Amino acid sequence: MSRFKKSSGKQVKAINTASLPDIVFMLLFFFMVTTVMRETELKIQVRVPEATEIKKLEKKSLVSYIYIGKPHRALQKTFGSEPRIQLNDQFATPEDIRDFITSEREQMDENDQKQMTVSLKIDKDTKMGIVTDVKQELRKSSALKINYSSTKKVDESLLR
Amino acid sequence: MARRDIQEINAGSMADIAFLLLIFFLVATTMDIDTGISRLLPPMPEDQEKEDDQEIRERNVFVVLINKDDQLFVEREVVDISQLRDMTKEFFVNPNDDPSLSEKRPLEVEFFGEMMVSKGVISLRNDIGTSYGKYIAVQNELAAAVNELRNDLCMERFGKKYDDLDPLDETENELIDAVKKVIPMAISEAEPRITTK
Repeated sequence: MSRFKKSSGKQVKAINTASLPDIVFMLLFFFMVTTVMRETELKIQVRVPEATEIKKLEKKSLVSYIYIGKPHRALQKTFGSEPRIQLNDQFATPEDIRDFITSEREQMDENDQKQMTVSLKIDKDTKMGIVTDVKQELRKSSALKINYSSTKKVDESLLR
Repeated sequence: MARRDIQEINAGSMADIAFLLLIFFLVATTMDIDTGISRLLPPMPEDQEKEDDQEIRERNVFVVLINKDDQLFVEREVVDISQLRDMTKEFFVNPNDDPSLSEKRPLEVEFFGEMMVSKGVISLRNDIGTSYGKYIAVQNELAAAVNELRNDLCMERFGKKYDDLDPLDETENELIDAVKKVIPMAISEAEPRITTK
């Protein structure tokens, strides 16, 4: 009985935080792996549609992006609320697309130029008029490989 | 004499470093969407006058129209999008050689021998006011119909699904080309027109 020593200060022991860095590193690795460094700041809001027959884009270095959608609320006073095209960081018109494609092509190797894909990230509520204009301009610039950006939808017919 | 305890590195600041890196990544990155429906646009016609060289018979053209109210018309009848896939498959396969559906012609294809290949072409037209979401849904259904036909054909003849074939393997790549010849993805998009209704 006398051998048992009472702990001198009756304090509640602090939580052992030795594993805190481990948890944080886990989160960090997750973000490092699943995200992409943001290159362009989107001035428009784009919610891509869903589809089932989709393919993953390979060789991200050979992909150029064209964004179409309505400007953000904060910018709507200056730029209006109609859907617009954004190339890199600025708003553009269909006529600017040809120059954009040429400049993107120049940044690629000769051999890779045929593999260039244009990813169209278009908001699902946009009207087809502007999309068709963009596609016509792409045809004129011979940028024929396109990809309509969409998220994977679960195929309901397979669930039945 | 007992050995002194080896001094451990104070790891208290490791958590701080980790938090800093985490916040940096949270702020500077986006979860980008890199998937989508791939398409090949037709090149611009050289000669503006003659756009269609061959006359395609009306029965071989599967007309799909979307008007500005996002209504779907197939062969001039109003159709719900859920029926589009089956109607497209029926048009291409045409099991009973119905004269209102596509014609077939014999074609010699590697791995398959002589097959009756459909001459059908899908003609997709939309209005300027059609919404993009609906357009993608229709494109998706048409692509799904073609893929399902390809999967069924491949499964029937070779016991594998077309989606599972690997394009990097030589024989499988040739098989992919053969299946594509038997069931081509022939979707032709017309210039949008303002529909009167």
